[in-house]
Amino acid sequence: MNAQTLYDKLWNSHLVRTEPDGTALIYIDRHLVHEVTSPQAFEGLKLAQRKPWRTGSMLAVPDHNVPTTKHSGGIADPIARLQVETLDANCAEFGITEFKMGDIRQGVVHVMGPEQGATLPGMTVVCGDSHTSTHGAFAALAHGIGTSEVEHVMATQCLVAKKSKTMRVQVDGLLGKSVTAKDIALAVIGQIGTAGGTGYAIEFAGSTIRALSMEGRMTLCNMAIEAGARAGMVAADETTFAYFKGRPFAPQGAQWDQAVAYWRTLHSDAGAKFDATVVLDAVQIKPQVTWGTSPEMVVSVDGRVPDPANAPDAVKRGDWERALIYMGLKANMPITEIKIDKVFIGSCTNGRIEDMRAAAAVAQGKKVAANVKLAMVVPGSGLVKAQAEQEGLDKIFVAAGFEWRDPGCSMCLAMNDDRLAPGERCAATSNRNFEGRQGQGGRTHLVSPAMAAAAAIAGHFVDVRELV
Amino acid sequence: MKKFTEFSGVVAPLDRANVDTDAIIPKQFLKSIKRSGFGPNAFDEWRYLDHGEPGMDNSKRQINPDFVLNQPRYQGAQILLARENFGCGSSREHAPWALEDYGFRVIIAPSFADIFFNNCFKNGLLPVKLDAVQVDALFKAVAAEVGYKLKVDLAQQHIVAPDGTVYPFEVDAHRKHCLLNGLDDIGLTLQHVDDIKAFETKHRAAQPWLFA
Repeated sequence: MNAQTLYDKLWNSHLVRTEPDGTALIYIDRHLVHEVTSPQAFEGLKLAQRKPWRTGSMLAVPDHNVPTTKHSGGIADPIARLQVETLDANCAEFGITEFKMGDIRQGVVHVMGPEQGATLPGMTVVCGDSHTSTHGAFAALAHGIGTSEVEHVMATQCLVAKKSKTMRVQVDGLLGKSVTAKDIALAVIGQIGTAGGTGYAIEFAGSTIRALSMEGRMTLCNMAIEAGARAGMVAADETTFAYFKGRPFAPQGAQWDQAVAYWRTLHSDAGAKFDATVVLDAVQIKPQVTWGTSPEMVVSVDGRVPDPANAPDAVKRGDWERALIYMGLKANMPITEIKIDKVFIGSCTNGRIEDMRAAAAVAQGKKVAANVKLAMVVPGSGLVKAQAEQEGLDKIFVAAGFEWRDPGCSMCLAMNDDRLAPGERCAATSNRNFEGRQGQGGRTHLVSPAMAAAAAIAGHFVDVRELV
Repeated sequence: MKKFTEFSGVVAPLDRANVDTDAIIPKQFLKSIKRSGFGPNAFDEWRYLDHGEPGMDNSKRQINPDFVLNQPRYQGAQILLARENFGCGSSREHAPWALEDYGFRVIIAPSFADIFFNNCFKNGLLPVKLDAVQVDALFKAVAAEVGYKLKVDLAQQHIVAPDGTVYPFEVDAHRKHCLLNGLDDIGLTLQHVDDIKAFETKHRAAQPWLFA
């Protein structure tokens, strides 16, 4: 038999049928649902008098719109409240499991799913959210879909899809001190660009990836979409299996052994062919900071804001010039001279326990700088929050002057009240630095949790390697 | 879904790369539980000078005269000409909903983000990939002539310029069939219920823990 990539295996094991033009129906194992991209799908389903094919495959949680100040206080914004209530009503009507606001299991959908063991190796996972690529960290085929597709998966348990090309991102070597999966992700995007992975499913491989925790792998796969790839994935190994042991939705007993035996096959075979290969040397990766309005506009913390005069072509020069104006930055200024107004630590990229620990390690015994108006830590789920509090991380943050909030998507996309005012500059552990992403006129710099905490303490970007 | 038939439309140029879905429809409008009415807020942060929120009377807001779509010559445009990686970012289908509601039927760019590209076809919006050199030529042609129109023929898979230049484009047979006939995927997929059930039975036997 031909050597197969991990993607080939996941695709082939879910293929229901294929049309002559290559359009296929693939079976979906897990459908994660949140309040923003589902109401129109439920409405469409009801208008057509259809029912969900398999409600057991669905798991719902409100996350984008929820406030991060006391959840017990409810949602003040009536439009946001209606959206969350609509999710509650739809889940109740169809008998779909939902972790509502106030449930300790509630959180950002891409933190909650794996945490519950609702994402498992070998699954196909979809959600009406582009960061569904996160779940590929577990050797799953996971990607974001639009609302029409959400309705399609509800009604048919299948997705109409065409096979992607495959890209292997090979990272080998030991990461330097305080260099994280977030820095790998940004370095990859800096190298291949935000459209570099368009049309591909990316597999992250190599000794550096093998050495990453599941949290790190999730951060990396989460950002695959920022490189243009709908799906990112990592082969299953002992780290993967250990993560799931005992989680509520994970198999138990004899089924656990049967599952692990299957999961052991979820890797690319030796000699499997990829359509593209990208190689990075982990030793060369330094802490990354984005300077512009696209995640590909990124440099190392010891670098400088680039000069549009040095852009490779006219379109890029225009983009860089526009980005510098929007970001209020001058060409050639050192990254470490950029002062910040706010700090956001959280999101589906970096809202997990390991991220909380990394930020707390930097903040411990220090104070947030006077020029920083708000430094907020938003745990990715109620369970992450509880774990962090058990470890005393909340006390470290609060003593240093950070706000310790309730879980949600928060200022990653600023659908709730957590947002930047025009012109405000933020060190953020989230995934997108687009114009207006964190609030109209807001300026976002993407960094790792440790780098965000370091920037909060210093009041400007600093090389975290010099602090710890 | 509306059928996509041959038509001629005015072209509006949006000359920047990596136009993301946050720019196409900002997040505050995603709180709606409807799938219509997003057109007046397409490109909201570029289009208006004041901050937009759901429920505002958009006719009373301050228009940004510098934004290209606000120029009188591009009013009523049905074809959007764009640069690389159009529609990158989030999976929000509100982006094609907003563009379609604004009046666009076709978007021409050298490349599109995957999820956005896919979402367009579900909403009667045709994304056309042309070579970067061809797109560049079209940007110049649009700038040179007020009221510049292109004829888009999906059945023939080509675009015809006023000077007679023909730009052929690729489209998947399945997507083309759905657009031309106004078919939605769910109905088509449900014709294969037996295949899905057979697969599900086999899959359940092989990985029972997925169905626990």
